[in-house]
Amino acid sequence: MNEIYQFPYGISILEVTYVVASVLFIFGLKMLSHPLTARRGNILAAFGMCFAIVATILFHKKDGAPIGNIPWILAAIVIGTIIGLIIARKVKMTAMPQLVSFFNGMGGAAAALISMMEFPHVSPELIAEHGMANGHVLAILLGLMIGTVSWAGSMIAFGKLDGWIGDLRVKAMKYVNLTILAGLIGLIVFIMTRDVKASAELTPYIYIMFAIAVIYGVLFVMPIGGADMPVVISLLNSFTGVAAAMGGFLYNNQAMLTGGILVGSAGTILTVLMCRAMNRSLLNVIVGVFGGGGTSNIETGGSVKEITLSDAAVLLSYSKKVVIVPGYGLAVAQAQHICHELDKLLEEKGVEVKYAIHPVAGRMPGHMNVLLAEADVPYEQLIESDAINPDLPNTDVLVVIGANDVVNPAAEDDPSSPIYGMPIVKARDAKNIIVMKRGMGKGYAAIENMLFYNDKTRMLFGDAKTTLQNLVIEVKSL
Amino acid sequence: MGFFLEHREAIFIVILSIFLGIEVISHVPAILHTPLMSGANAIHGVVIIGAIIVMGHADTTGSMILGFIAVILGTLNVVGGFVVTDRMLEMFKKKK
Repeated sequence: MNEIYQFPYGISILEVTYVVASVLFIFGLKMLSHPLTARRGNILAAFGMCFAIVATILFHKKDGAPIGNIPWILAAIVIGTIIGLIIARKVKMTAMPQLVSFFNGMGGAAAALISMMEFPHVSPELIAEHGMANGHVLAILLGLMIGTVSWAGSMIAFGKLDGWIGDLRVKAMKYVNLTILAGLIGLIVFIMTRDVKASAELTPYIYIMFAIAVIYGVLFVMPIGGADMPVVISLLNSFTGVAAAMGGFLYNNQAMLTGGILVGSAGTILTVLMCRAMNRSLLNVIVGVFGGGGTSNIETGGSVKEITLSDAAVLLSYSKKVVIVPGYGLAVAQAQHICHELDKLLEEKGVEVKYAIHPVAGRMPGHMNVLLAEADVPYEQLIESDAINPDLPNTDVLVVIGANDVVNPAAEDDPSSPIYGMPIVKARDAKNIIVMKRGMGKGYAAIENMLFYNDKTRMLFGDAKTTLQNLVIEVKSL
Repeated sequence: MGFFLEHREAIFIVILSIFLGIEVISHVPAILHTPLMSGANAIHGVVIIGAIIVMGHADTTGSMILGFIAVILGTLNVVGGFVVTDRMLEMFKKKK
């Protein structure tokens, strides 16, 4: 690779740097999985990335030619850094999921662009020897396909989470998506079996493939409801990882390979874990039709009972044990701080307050943890739903704030429900239940929630933040 | 077949990395899922290296423009990813 910049025994500085970068990525990810070391892990991985980038600019050689256009490359990096910093710093914590999705899309787009530019330059010798059916071409085509799907899908996920793209649910979508996917694979086979002298002759097909991949990415995410969005973001995240790894094959680049595949496999495992938590199969995710739309055969019975603020305040203040179940509504209303204020107030009165954290509450796994951490709620008060469930029968009041599907008893009672089998916070086991909700609208999975009609349930309608503020005032005045 | 022989080193790396990724992530508490996903998101920004290589050997105006965009997008992924992750983790650290 590099004749000039070599250590003894023919090891190049570039390769050594890539090994170091890969090790830093691995350690970074490992440290990210422990609360105490997480931040250092992230910084470590960032250092690895810097090393890899600088070394590439300085030492990379392709057929003996060093990297050119360096002023332009640096200009692009500066522009990207400035935009990235502004976006990353300005966005509110509640918008984090969108942001991850957005940045993920950028990576996917970069991978797709690389493939597009490399395709016309496949070496004629390689084609003369093996035809178009070689690993190099396959890596380019897969990089293009996966990168584009990841980009288009991430942008749609971003738009949906930001609320300016709605759901689109048509039953036939499943078959449309499968057909398009088959078409994409067919196109790859078609391109690879052409008998040509130079790959540039086939360039128009690359653009067709790009267009189809965009359509697939859009249609893939369009029907998916917000409750399933975490799964999709995680999946798209691993897609981009694989797309980056394709670039690693292309350039025989170890840093891209390890980085990409690490994220690809870690992201896939995370996706599978999340699917399992929600009782869905990964195939359903990939085919693209799931979430909501299911018809429940349990009749909505009875009427809901409201509670006044002062009654709620009394009930909470004279309880021994209170469990709060936060959901996306809390995030939307930005009510995490006032919520913590309420729990501090209650604790001063000798009430034991815990938070029941459902792994997929909100729009991303761990979304609620991030949100409550922002409000300085101590770790010890956050209990995962599985751990807190056995304790719920001894809980005096369970307060549901802007959560819906994660407390829906249909997951246990109604085999026809789309969320049947999903582990939930067993809210109805508590002695009293207060549900804070904006209105009688359904949750993101669009299914009726029988918990609201339970005899023990009292509703407190209104925006979570306003309601909590008023509740704090009431509790204080007691 | 030639492809596999030629890239046996890369395939070796891929297989090891797959297991490593699984191993690393399987012990993560749910509380760190969002930051972890965000951190992983930043790491696949390593695609920027490919963008730099393409850009570094671009010779036509068209490929220069595309390469320029690719480097910007890759940088966005890297910088945005790491900064956002750090912001999330900062909040975890504040309180004990």
